[in-house]
Amino acid sequence: MCGIVGLFLKDQSLSPKLGEMLTDMLITMTDRGPDSAGIAIYGDPSQGTTKITVQSANPEQDFASLADELGQRLNTSVTQTINDTHAVLDIPGDQFEAARAALAEIRPTVRIMSRGESLEIYKEVGLPKDVAARFNLSGMTGTHGIGHTRMATESAVTTMGAHPFNTGDDQCLVHNGSLSNHNSLRRKLRREGVHIQTENDTEVGAAYLTWKMMNGASLGEALESSLEDLDGFFTFVVGTKDGFGVVRDPIACKPAVMAETDQYVAFGSEYRALVNLPGIEDARVWEPEPATVYFWSHTDSPNKKAA
Amino acid sequence: MQTYDLEADGLRGLNATLQDQSKETNQTSWQVVNPKGSHAIAVGLDAPIEVTVKGSTGYYCAGMNQQATVRVEGSVGPGVAENMMSGQVIVDGDASQYAGATGHGGLLVIKGNASSRCGISMKGIDIVVHGNIGHMSAFMAQAGNLVVCGDAGDALGDSLYEARLFVRGSVKSLGADCIEKEMRPEHLEILKDLLDRAGSDAKPEEFKRYGSARQLYNFDVDNSAAY
Repeated sequence: MCGIVGLFLKDQSLSPKLGEMLTDMLITMTDRGPDSAGIAIYGDPSQGTTKITVQSANPEQDFASLADELGQRLNTSVTQTINDTHAVLDIPGDQFEAARAALAEIRPTVRIMSRGESLEIYKEVGLPKDVAARFNLSGMTGTHGIGHTRMATESAVTTMGAHPFNTGDDQCLVHNGSLSNHNSLRRKLRREGVHIQTENDTEVGAAYLTWKMMNGASLGEALESSLEDLDGFFTFVVGTKDGFGVVRDPIACKPAVMAETDQYVAFGSEYRALVNLPGIEDARVWEPEPATVYFWSHTDSPNKKAA
Repeated sequence: MQTYDLEADGLRGLNATLQDQSKETNQTSWQVVNPKGSHAIAVGLDAPIEVTVKGSTGYYCAGMNQQATVRVEGSVGPGVAENMMSGQVIVDGDASQYAGATGHGGLLVIKGNASSRCGISMKGIDIVVHGNIGHMSAFMAQAGNLVVCGDAGDALGDSLYEARLFVRGSVKSLGADCIEKEMRPEHLEILKDLLDRAGSDAKPEEFKRYGSARQLYNFDVDNSAAY
């Protein structure tokens, strides 16, 4: 069992309250997933730079002068913003692979949570309310965000095993369920050159979608083909730079409720997570159909090919 | 009319209070305010009382009901009226998966749609859905009636025993051993009574009846290669 929440704003006047609304939804889902929690938040896109969100078990030591040292290695200027065990590094847009290689040398214990123009991922082990408090999630702003409360089944309770997972620029995925063919698929994707950091089943799901899109599929097509290629139970919620998608496996035993108003599209594992949203009394509330791809975007259609 | 504020006074208090009502209670009418999607609202009741829930609920609303009438003025999460023995449960909105699962008796009415596995393993309950139902509904159903005024999803009535399934709209596919059957006068009578009690104006003649082909009751040696 796990809990998923998601909020995609159509009305940007709600942006300043995105973190507050998502945090309330996340904490409501504590009894579906009390062992870890995480949130992916899409804030203002950086101007031509890439944000790398990193995590360390010893942030004081690891983050001291990290931006300077990374800047020296990359021959450019890097800025960093520290938030508890996480820090966001701002690097030139085309230097992610070089930065990942440099980080592995200068800070081998620092882990990469996400990269992208607007995406930041914060996740830790602990009760959702404690995780939310340590990162001040309720103060965050943005256009859309996805949260997850975890009750682990397929891999250990660690920071790296928490959701959301990021395997490509501005892409993230959270999962309720369990995949049964993740080991063979992980081997296949690694052979194909996709970077997978953990033994977690969900990261394989995320990497699978990234790999499909690397090979020309749109997000909508990647989600469609996941129904064929992934074996197991899943309700997935995915985020892209300006979009938000949902798909459930054909058996659909993992719960899902959606609500839509003129102001937002919201996702919850249970209706409880949605009850405090503005205007929920008059929202269109429905259960997403099995084996059906849903997608909302500010600019894109789900069938647009990856550039 | 007694009013119970679930947000202020808590779930355990609600169920303890409702379960304490005896057959001779004078407090026969209750309303529950601020349900906010909570789980296990009004479960295990065993008295002829009427409970109205003013909003949507989470998992297992009105489970194990006997005698009581529970009405939800909203939608319900998974497992509404699970294992109902008698009484009535009426949902004004939609129901999530396995509505009425394993129910032995009583009437479950869903005014909206029900999702997957509606009436799974039903054992005598009557279920009337005004809208559509999802896949694998009435899986291993043993007794009772499932009436669907809209359409049914994939694998309706898979591995069915003896329940009667009535569907007015389309059936996406029938499950193993479920077949369409002749609608005889006695079936039209059962259907008319259920539609009346469920407040539906659908005509019994518009429905088709499905039931068990009874081919899975005994092991067929010709199928041994399939195992």
